[in-house]
Amino acid sequence: MMMIECPICNEKRPELEFRYAGEAHIARPENPSALSDDEWAKYLFIRNNPRGTHFERWVHAHGCAKFFNAVRDTVSDKFVMTYKCGEQRPSPETIAERSS
Amino acid sequence: MNNFRRVGRGRVNQNAPVEFTFDGATYQGYEGDTLASALLANGVHLVGRSFKYHRPRGILAAGSDEANALVAFDRGPGRVTPNVRATTLELFDGLTAQSQNNWPSLKFDVTSLNDVFSAFFPAGFYNKTFMWPKSFWDKVYEPVIRATAGLGPAPKAEDPDKYEACYAHCETLIVGAGPAGVAAALAAAKQAGRVILVDEQAEPGGSLLSTPEAMIDGLPAADWLARSLDELEKAENVTLMPRTTAIGYYHDNFLGLAERLTDHLKDGEADGPRERLYRVWAKKIILATGAIERPLVFAGNDRPGVMLASAAQTFLNRYGVAVGERIALVTSHDSGYQAAFDLADANSQIVSIIDCRPQVDENLQAEAEKRGIEVRVGWTVTATAGRHRVSSVTTNKVNGDQVDPKGETLSCDAVIMSGGWTPSVHLWSHSKGSLKWREDLAAYVPDQANENAVCVGACNGDFGLGVALETGANAGGGNDSFEVVEPAPWTGDGALEILPTHRDESRVKAFVDFQNDVTAKDIRLAVREGFKSIEHIKRYTTTGMATDQGKTSNLNGLQIASRALNRPVTQVGLTTFRPPYTPTTFGALAGNNGGAAFDVVRKTSIDGWAEENGAVFEPVALWRRARYFPQKGEDMHKAVARECKATRESLGIFDASTLGKIEVVGPDAAEFMNRMYTNPWTKLGVGRCRYGLMLGEDGYIMDDGVIGRLAEDRFHVTTTTGGAPRVLAHMEDYLQTEWPDLDVWLTSITEQWAVIALNGPNARKLIEPFVEGVDLSPDAFPHMAVRECKVCGVDARLFRVSFSGELGFEINVPAHYGRALWEMLYEAGKQYDITPYGTEVMHVLRAEKGFIIVGQDTDGTVTPYDAGMSWAIGKKKTDFVGMRSLARPDIVAEGRKQLVGLKTSDPKTVLEEGAQIVMTPDQPIPMDMVGHVTSSYWSETLGCSVALALVANGHALKGETIYVPMPDKMIKAEIVETIFYDKQGERLNVI
Ligand SMILES: [Zn+2]
Repeated sequence: MMMIECPICNEKRPELEFRYAGEAHIARPENPSALSDDEWAKYLFIRNNPRGTHFERWVHAHGCAKFFNAVRDTVSDKFVMTYKCGEQRPSPETIAERSS
Repeated sequence: MNNFRRVGRGRVNQNAPVEFTFDGATYQGYEGDTLASALLANGVHLVGRSFKYHRPRGILAAGSDEANALVAFDRGPGRVTPNVRATTLELFDGLTAQSQNNWPSLKFDVTSLNDVFSAFFPAGFYNKTFMWPKSFWDKVYEPVIRATAGLGPAPKAEDPDKYEACYAHCETLIVGAGPAGVAAALAAAKQAGRVILVDEQAEPGGSLLSTPEAMIDGLPAADWLARSLDELEKAENVTLMPRTTAIGYYHDNFLGLAERLTDHLKDGEADGPRERLYRVWAKKIILATGAIERPLVFAGNDRPGVMLASAAQTFLNRYGVAVGERIALVTSHDSGYQAAFDLADANSQIVSIIDCRPQVDENLQAEAEKRGIEVRVGWTVTATAGRHRVSSVTTNKVNGDQVDPKGETLSCDAVIMSGGWTPSVHLWSHSKGSLKWREDLAAYVPDQANENAVCVGACNGDFGLGVALETGANAGGGNDSFEVVEPAPWTGDGALEILPTHRDESRVKAFVDFQNDVTAKDIRLAVREGFKSIEHIKRYTTTGMATDQGKTSNLNGLQIASRALNRPVTQVGLTTFRPPYTPTTFGALAGNNGGAAFDVVRKTSIDGWAEENGAVFEPVALWRRARYFPQKGEDMHKAVARECKATRESLGIFDASTLGKIEVVGPDAAEFMNRMYTNPWTKLGVGRCRYGLMLGEDGYIMDDGVIGRLAEDRFHVTTTTGGAPRVLAHMEDYLQTEWPDLDVWLTSITEQWAVIALNGPNARKLIEPFVEGVDLSPDAFPHMAVRECKVCGVDARLFRVSFSGELGFEINVPAHYGRALWEMLYEAGKQYDITPYGTEVMHVLRAEKGFIIVGQDTDGTVTPYDAGMSWAIGKKKTDFVGMRSLARPDIVAEGRKQLVGLKTSDPKTVLEEGAQIVMTPDQPIPMDMVGHVTSSYWSETLGCSVALALVANGHALKGETIYVPMPDKMIKAEIVETIFYDKQGERLNVI
């Protein structure tokens, strides 16, 4: 079972307490009505599925109930780091440093 | 006793005989035996029939790698465990087991005709044969396959045993208590930190239990083991767990351990759970899981009496049983010799050592000579004979690439074989540790770790007692060295899986996977038919797919495929190891979560009253809800008709406490509601309610419910019973991640409030005397109003709402007052013949009014337009969750399924929910299905059935006739409005 560090609780807790919530850093458009059908479809349906570093959202459902972001390696299935919503996407350097 | 037990040898207690029964016959064994060793002691080799060809099969191995000897372990009704390996079943007095997969008896199996006709059962046979004709599948193929090709039947009676689950934590977890594991534990015990040492066998020790000649630090192996185990027992930080299998290795050093507690005990001795599943987090894992000997692949290698050399060695040295009196060794590996020597020293005759290699170590040959054993270097085996037990082996000289067709047939009663060793990397692979190929061992060994884990000893490809002890101690944090005397060398050079033959290989049955009956020619055929990856070859031939997951067969299969493909093994791939390591009972996995503890049952505060008053319950999400309240002699139909009538005519009382409830509070609460729901909220007055419709961002209906505004900054939101957690999570998601600037707080209040719904023309009259501080007259407290007040002196939130179409009120009181208020209202309501009703009547009443149930009349692809609920969308709103999607091309396109009412031509016919709808009755099958029935009930009030349905373009088809095809008839119905009862809504206005 994966151990996940909740950046709000600052604790490593078992995966059971968390729920996955899709790809991170996909902001809802400010004014959806101004978007073309294609643009809206892209926002709604199109997601990355990388081999390697993935930015994703989790929610500490059976804990603080807060959403947060995580960097997970989809090959090793290991969490590289977690960080709060609203924080910048970590740089490749930071990720490389945390991975080692 | 009999000829095969060797007096004074082995670790079984030869002073403690026990009786057991196999296939109805009674035998004697000793305390410490397994079923397999005890059967062999009695000269019984034939213990089962094979999976596909029903060939007679014996015992292949001595441990959990056994592929053939699967038996049904029978402890009486509900306690029959099928497919238990006879080699791991500990003997006790009164043990009863049966062979499997035979009909009518083990010795005469009718279906072994499959073997005679085996030319018709090639690789991919199931895929090829049973495809056509389609109609044969259900009636002919499937039942026949089930009857003849199954493993043991699953027990039908309920399992009366108890199982437990618990967590454990330690700094060091060691899997496998062989020499490497024990050395690791001894070293780890001296450090700070908790140590758990597990072993799947009853007795820890692994190979030390079957190598009595070995010496460690001047002590015989068994004595060193006893001393070490004693030390570990005494160490306070060590937990030693025998009979415990590490079944899976998961993320972050989390392992599942299945501990068997009672299977080895006599009937009546067991006290407590049968098995316990530990979930363990360990800081460091040391895998000392050993290696599994590989069979050799030659014609007739599956005959009873043909077994692994190491198994024969274990049966002799650990159980005191010689597997035969005249034994042939077939080997391509040095380690087989010691088994032959041990047997020779125990007075079995070794008729020959047939070594397939062109050269063999001279010392080994000298040792053999000393014992008078002939060694044939560069010979092969081309056949065996014997019906229920091997009686001879045919051996031929190999000259270069040529096999001399003139063979010699040697009479024997057992054949032991050694094809090298396969490190047990299963758990390592579960943890996603990588593997590398070692040509010298012809095996994969651990490479890069993915977790904090290390492999030591044979499972790391480090063979030999000395290296096992040293690497084990090292991994445990020590640097001990050991003085080791080992009788036989452990070189594995030149391991060879398939023996050369002069015979036509396409006609030879040389088995690779014993449990799934896969032969070398099956694998070659798969390659000829174009399969290149081992993953595909595995699935096509089923090699490695049996309950043993190919423990003894995977590498042989891989090398045969590699040779057939003329590609290096590393390019053929490796199949994935998956948990569990060995078959695990469902009981162990279920643990305590059986019966009443299977799942959470949520009960309202009024549930007890419903139970006392004879309610029939139904599960709704995790809740149990009263479905109806039958009176004497009533069935559901009659009870529902009575409850409906009483509610419409006078007064019904309903427990609506399960409704999801969320309080939305804060200065930006109205703005937040505007964004989350389709409806407008800004102008909703304090003290008023509105029906709210919630969409997903994809535009489809997600939830609904009545929402009351208690104050400018406070909304009391209700959701569907099952949708509450989903809706709260959805709201939190947007609030936290999209609009953190909004000052809003969300609180689940579902369990804080009990909700009593009163519906019917006398509802107001009933509650009026109990309500303080609210003028309930229609003008002062109109439909869709809400007030905070006191009811019966208790703080309450009083809603005037109706899900039935009648004058209705919902009284929310703190949950612990729920039952008291219910009882007071029920007493007072007797003057109006108050009638409690359940969810069934709630459904009928709402369907008569055309009110939807989200999740029943919608299915995640229904928009507000489809549901005929455009009225719920705030026309002036510029954005809400899902709004943009309502303009997507697919959503505005013609032909979408839309919600309509259905009126059957025969008013007495009630449609089946889920039934398909067609436009014309006389179409060929498959018909053009245009929709389906979503809700359907008998309406006592209207004297006819009512139904809702989703029908393509349904809104434009009012008045059209549709048909509902059923197995026995075609039902005709008309598309009508969704409202069947009181279309003007006048009944809400009863004074
Ligand atoms: Zn948290």
